[in-house]
Amino acid sequence: MSPCNAKYVFSTDLLHYHFHEDHPFNQKRVLLATELLKEAGTLAKNNIVPPRKATETEIKLFHDHAYVEAVKQASKCKLSEQAAVEYGLGTEDTPIFSGMHEASSYLVGGSLAAVDEVLSGRATHALNLGGGLHHGFKRKASGFCIYNDGAIAIRYIREAYNLRVLYVDTDAHHGDGVQWAFYDDPNVCTFSIHETGRYLFPGTGNVNERGIKEGHGYTFNLPIDAFTEDDSFLDAYTTALTKIAAFFKPDIIITQNGADAHCYDPLTHLCSTMKIYEQIPLLAHKLAHEYCNGKWIALGGGGYDMWRVVPRAWAQIWNVMYQGQPLSGELPAAWLEKYQKESPVHLPTHWEDDPSIVPIIPRREEITEKNNLALQQLLKYTVTPSRQT
Amino acid sequence: MLVEEIMKTEVITLPPTATIQQALDLLNQHKIRHIPIIDKENHVIGIVSDRDVRDASPSIFESDAGSNNLQHEIQSIMSHPVITIHPLDFVEEIAKIFYDKEIACLPVVREGNRLVGMVTEKDMLYTMIQLTGTHVQGSHIEIKVPHRPGILPEVTAIFGKRKTNIVSVLVYPSKDDPDYKILVFRIQTMNPLPVLEDLRKAGYELLAPNQDVGRQL
Repeated sequence: MSPCNAKYVFSTDLLHYHFHEDHPFNQKRVLLATELLKEAGTLAKNNIVPPRKATETEIKLFHDHAYVEAVKQASKCKLSEQAAVEYGLGTEDTPIFSGMHEASSYLVGGSLAAVDEVLSGRATHALNLGGGLHHGFKRKASGFCIYNDGAIAIRYIREAYNLRVLYVDTDAHHGDGVQWAFYDDPNVCTFSIHETGRYLFPGTGNVNERGIKEGHGYTFNLPIDAFTEDDSFLDAYTTALTKIAAFFKPDIIITQNGADAHCYDPLTHLCSTMKIYEQIPLLAHKLAHEYCNGKWIALGGGGYDMWRVVPRAWAQIWNVMYQGQPLSGELPAAWLEKYQKESPVHLPTHWEDDPSIVPIIPRREEITEKNNLALQQLLKYTVTPSRQT
Repeated sequence: MLVEEIMKTEVITLPPTATIQQALDLLNQHKIRHIPIIDKENHVIGIVSDRDVRDASPSIFESDAGSNNLQHEIQSIMSHPVITIHPLDFVEEIAKIFYDKEIACLPVVREGNRLVGMVTEKDMLYTMIQLTGTHVQGSHIEIKVPHRPGILPEVTAIFGKRKTNIVSVLVYPSKDDPDYKILVFRIQTMNPLPVLEDLRKAGYELLAPNQDVGRQL
């Protein structure tokens, strides 16, 4: 495939979303991925656009006024503990930090900048690795997320351009915030593949969560079992997304590209390798060209092995956007040399993982069988029924 | 938890002299499956289910719908006497009534069989969902502990120390080991790693899939 016109949203404004040193959500990941791409030679200065700071009016396209006010107070460390609890702020997951409103506004503005690049026609695809904070609720912070940039960006697209949006969430956690935001909306189709909520946060994302009112039938969930490996993941994911895209025929695709389904990830129980992080953007890219004239916006998300997994996984999204193919072979030596000094773990030397990093999974067959059952269940909903009573 | 906390107080009812047709209309209109039959003093004297009514209705395969069956009085097909419960009964106990009697609806009555509410099997399931806490965001941890006094506060103190909010706790017997119990916690956090590490350090046995989580580095 010939190179596409793509834009990469980045400036250091994206790096100030920082809870504290020991918190697992660390935006240094965005810097690591950016540096990796620069060293690999696939990201040049003229590909980069800076994020803007989202206005309060834009943030309120999704969030309640009272919640935004609370975040602003918390940002100045003026919010009482009692008020904070009501808005999900000041918890272990989403602690209060000075300047949190501004930092969050830039993540949102990054996703809006990506939307503007694509919908103005300046670019076909755009990537904001600082975004993808899919657990944010209308009036509540949750799961490391303050403002839900994905939900805001979708509202923005709906209001300014009236396009039908397909939102695809491959984070290992269920994309609950975005799902509930558009649960009754037939013009926004959400699809989340994630580790089943049996053990993992947030616990929702069952295949039978399908939307309500006019939006019924436009919510798709594919929960997969703990310890799922590459083949089963990709088989279920590719089949499901291909069918969903054919069913919904979107005008634009937004992907949330959390990178926490990898076997190294400390927070989840999935067992994939870099293989899925090559295929996920490839499929999004293909479907965007098939249905949407290429219109595709990708966001970041979770990913808690920030040294070994996230930089490579996220860099590959850009590689696919920019040149139609992921990179392979050795990682740039300069990047390895620079960051091995900082990394507490030994950095991988290649874009691909060695298959031997996956532990032996004794229940592999059962897991594959269960995932396949969930897939079959989901596929029933991609067919318009003749009559449902 | 008491029945009065989960019962519906707005109940659709019919007098015994109503027709089966009226019952059928009410069932369809309100999408319900049971109608208590009450006398003038609001006393429960019978109950009909959607199946009772359908048994009395003509088949959809019969072209001649001229039958008068639906004009019979509802008291001719109602079940009685009715199994009822009191607002102060425990929800856990009425679950057993549903199970033992194989029924799906229980009218709630006070003195003299006066109807004050209703609990259906669906209400019951909804309550169970609330009790397990699966409807709110959280991570789920299972721990195998010795079955002895004082164990629960010891374990929960570890969550307390990490300021981790517990959404729900379930205790169930360990299937293969009568000296042990399984504690199931739903906790309000996306990052259970610090708690898992503390539990492990304190010597508790974590069950799959958390037994090795956070140990890989």
